Amino acid sequence: MRFDLQIIASWIEKGSKVLDLGCGEGDLLYFLKHNKDVKCTGVERKESRVARCIEKGLSVLQGDINTEVLDYPDNTFDYAVLSQTLQQVYEPSELIRSLLRIGKKGIVSFPNFSYWRVRLQLLMTGYAPITRQLPYEWYNTPNIRVITLKDFRKFSKQVDFKIVKEIAINSHSHDRSGKIIKFLPDLYATYGIFLIGKDK
Amino acid sequence: MSEYIEHDKAGVSVGLVEKKSYTFAEPPDEMILECGKKLGPITIAYETFGQLDKDRGNTVLICHALSGDSHVAGFYSPKDPKPGWWDIMVGPGKGIDTNKYFIVCSNILGSCMGSTGPRTYNPKTMEPYGHDFPVVSIGDMVRAQKALLDHLGIKKVLSVIGGSIGGMQVLEWSVRYPEMVVSAVPLATTTRHSALAIAFNEVARQAIMADPNWKNGNYYSGPRPDLGLSVARMIGHITYLSDESMRLKFGRRLQEKANLSHNFDADFQVENYLRYQGAKFVDRFDANSFLYITKAADYFDLEKQHGSGSAVKAFSKTGARFLVVSFTSDWLYPTYHSKSMVKAMKKNGLDVSFCEIEAQWGHDAFLLPNVRLTALIKNFLESTHTESRKQ
Repeated sequence: MRFDLQIIASWIEKGSKVLDLGCGEGDLLYFLKHNKDVKCTGVERKESRVARCIEKGLSVLQGDINTEVLDYPDNTFDYAVLSQTLQQVYEPSELIRSLLRIGKKGIVSFPNFSYWRVRLQLLMTGYAPITRQLPYEWYNTPNIRVITLKDFRKFSKQVDFKIVKEIAINSHSHDRSGKIIKFLPDLYATYGIFLIGKDK
Repeated sequence: MSEYIEHDKAGVSVGLVEKKSYTFAEPPDEMILECGKKLGPITIAYETFGQLDKDRGNTVLICHALSGDSHVAGFYSPKDPKPGWWDIMVGPGKGIDTNKYFIVCSNILGSCMGSTGPRTYNPKTMEPYGHDFPVVSIGDMVRAQKALLDHLGIKKVLSVIGGSIGGMQVLEWSVRYPEMVVSAVPLATTTRHSALAIAFNEVARQAIMADPNWKNGNYYSGPRPDLGLSVARMIGHITYLSDESMRLKFGRRLQEKANLSHNFDADFQVENYLRYQGAKFVDRFDANSFLYITKAADYFDLEKQHGSGSAVKAFSKTGARFLVVSFTSDWLYPTYHSKSMVKAMKKNGLDVSFCEIEAQWGHDAFLLPNVRLTALIKNFLESTHTESRKQ
């Protein structure tokens, strides 16, 4: 399992109810179901991934995360997870509000755009940065937003939610291992993972 | 819904099976139908496959669609040219594995494949019921299936599975007998017909009723309304396909000729196909049953009957685990029908999975070989079985 998902899994208590938005092939949910007895639901857009999830015995809905979240009653889940998807969301503040409406807590992770390699590439080459975390050209990237750890902290004040916990890590997207960055995370972390709550 | 169109004899099969029947609701204990009329005795034809577990927790109930029957898999005799209608899904090691599950499939009430229907003799008149047969509902069909399961000593069903009108029965089961249904798999179906679906059914019914041989439904002593029924079937077939599948399957290709005939023979392959399907259908199906079953499908309204108009309220009655599947090219029950039931299930906090399978074959896709559908059903059943044994 991806390193950021391992961290996310470690935050979730046994027996919780979890929604994973953009759950891919269900790696996180599968782990949670079998190791933490979690009651889980996933939402995924792509048919082949949805099918893989259901084949693993997971309960997953095929659909668009922005609309699928609307149907759930308040506080349906203990945790609503949005891992490595925020940078692709058209209306992030709406989605975060929904996340914290249907989940008691939210967990959000995204690639950190203020990582030193990103900064350096832009500065030195003048081209839009391409890294292992953001491996696309400007014209074919699904990532429509660039977010830094600082941006997200500022965003929490603007949208009015609380950051309960944050961990900055360095790994690349397919890495099963990585390390937690404590020294200058804004500069050295490739990803940020935030546990967020409703009240300020 | 065009069962029995695409089959081959190759591959593993559950082998020889036997059609059985169960009769109940003998007068004076007739079943009171939803329309208020009494019906009895009622005979239900059914087949079973596989073995019932010691803990009786491995029953899978399969509900067939408009023209299906209890013969879901296997052969009646070694000489049978074709296996049951869902033999690609039901059998040893298949999607619904006969080595693991005890599978029950019964012919619906109102049909003509062994269960009581308009062609059955009315014990009061000693004539076939014909048009005197009461208008049965999807709910009545499900109640008759429940009576059969009671008779078989089955108190819990691991999964109820069916597509189209079979899917309506699946939904009905989940809210009518929630204590019995562990999981439900409605495929290519709806909680209520759209105007489009009702319209096609009505045209099909009109075709039958306009046949001079129909004689108000009392034709059993004379010639059958074959022309009307075959036109009805042709209309049905159009709705089971899709623009894309018809383009791929027929296009504008001509049937065994190079030029147009300039008369009203079947020039195009699609005409020939429809005529063939229509003609074949009259040999095995009763026109009155077609009328009654399509009417039951049109009347079916899960929201109205079980939720005073609200799907959310209707699904609040069940605790079943759901796997809802739709197909991209199904224009009879397009994906939005499935999405709206999923929405209502979500609002009730039900454990639901939903997948829209990319398929070009229209509504019929659920009956055709589909690796994805097979894998989905197989694994959904497996995980549900594992979970249910834990409890």
